Amino acid sequence: MASSHARIAGAYEHPGRHLPDTSHAAIHAESALGACADAGITLADVDGFFCSGDAPGFGALSLADYMGLKLSYVDVTEMGGSSPVAQVGHAAAAIAAGKCQIALITLGGKPRTGGSVAGAPRPGAPEYSFENVYGLTTPGGYALAARRHMHEYGTTSAQLAAVKVAASKHAKHNPNAFLQKEVTVDEVLASPMVSDPLHRLDCCVVTDGGGALIVVSPEVAKRLDRQSVALLGHGESPKLADNGRIDLTYTGARWSGPRAFEEAGVTHADIDYASIYDSFTITVVETIEDLGFCKKGQGGAYVADGALEAPDGALPFNTDGGGLCNNHPTNRGGITKVIEAVRQLRGEAHPAVQVADCEIALAHGTGGNLGNRMGSATLILGRE
Amino acid sequence: MSEQLPTPEVVIDPDTREYWAGTTRGVITLQRCDDCNAVIWMPRAICPVCHKQSLSSFEASGKGTVYSWTRTAKGLAEYRDAGPYVLAYVELEEGPRVMTNLVGFDGDPEIGAAVTATFDAVGDDAALLRFTPA
Ligand SMILES: [Zn+2]
Repeated sequence: MASSHARIAGAYEHPGRHLPDTSHAAIHAESALGACADAGITLADVDGFFCSGDAPGFGALSLADYMGLKLSYVDVTEMGGSSPVAQVGHAAAAIAAGKCQIALITLGGKPRTGGSVAGAPRPGAPEYSFENVYGLTTPGGYALAARRHMHEYGTTSAQLAAVKVAASKHAKHNPNAFLQKEVTVDEVLASPMVSDPLHRLDCCVVTDGGGALIVVSPEVAKRLDRQSVALLGHGESPKLADNGRIDLTYTGARWSGPRAFEEAGVTHADIDYASIYDSFTITVVETIEDLGFCKKGQGGAYVADGALEAPDGALPFNTDGGGLCNNHPTNRGGITKVIEAVRQLRGEAHPAVQVADCEIALAHGTGGNLGNRMGSATLILGRE
Repeated sequence: MSEQLPTPEVVIDPDTREYWAGTTRGVITLQRCDDCNAVIWMPRAICPVCHKQSLSSFEASGKGTVYSWTRTAKGLAEYRDAGPYVLAYVELEEGPRVMTNLVGFDGDPEIGAAVTATFDAVGDDAALLRFTPA
């Protein structure tokens, strides 16, 4: 790998899933402290700060002031749930350009406790009066994609349910997981219909919480005692409504994935573990097709075969239980995807789901609305 | 008719004034680029295909087909007490796929089903475009 590639030196997932007595800013700060401690640095060492639309108040300015950061570089990215995944790439670029050396990325919020939904379209958005006025909900938007995928490719509800089953088999080993009970395909199909064809158990959890990452230059990584993880490749892409010619059956991963693979110089066969953003079961099926782990339209059959189950499936995924079972802090969970990939590469996942000799991992974030106004970001990470 | 569904307030701005005026007359007003001929959705001040700014308006037929749909059990905000309702994308005869509601269906709609426009007034200055079976 090229020596210029940045390293992830610290990763921390806030253990809270319902935090009514912790402020929104404090969730970011506690996550930041956790990631710094993991890396073996202090907040005083941080000179680059990255957050996104889940940050309270004036975004990075409010949080930097709250934490007392001394910064030479600031970035507020808004790509929905994919933001922190994209920001690992942004931090690496800033570090490579000499703009900062130790970058902190935080995410945090309190949707379980209640309050505003980060990034939700507001009346000023151009699309607001043409979409939201029809009762668009997040599950509703994903359900539109699921039904069209079913129509074009024969994908079934039982196939979608297999994604949840795999996540639940992993979550039962995670004491912090919001849902720790293993479920069956039948139980997913028997759960109440939220937005046809998506059942309640096709949807991710709603949790308070947060997470943070520390991204550093290779030189800084060498000075730290902690095992770091190399960023081998990064790709990102918005996928938009395409002047009304929207196609709901694919995601921005069809562009972000190839860019990340090309930069990393690896192939699909090299990927030992994959964190795949799982806001809904259909999100995973479309994403793994678009990333190229199976042919377009074959995602349903692929997951129904147990491919996603760790440690021995063809593509072990989301070994923390993912957004479907573990944690989807602040209604946008991208950072947890990177965190579990780091755990896998360090060999620190739960032994029951740790992939043996995990050398290369992929982490993918999906934000916004599936197939519509979405952000996609893909990272390929390597064991140091 | 679809008076049972909510009619949330819309924002009328310089980009969308002509569209909303059309809805109050019961027509879908679309834009076409004078330069590349692209039919444009949603209304805006720039062609998203060739990026020119000379756009003309025309009236669409109001005919379309169902591209996808979902029945949401319980909505949010104005839709909180609306009961189950059908959110959909309809592909207009002129090309654009527009988000909308399907109303007046007996049982489940089908992808590909022919539909026709209907309009629910939002005050005096706008109406929401919805679709019923053709
Ligand atoms: Zn044009």
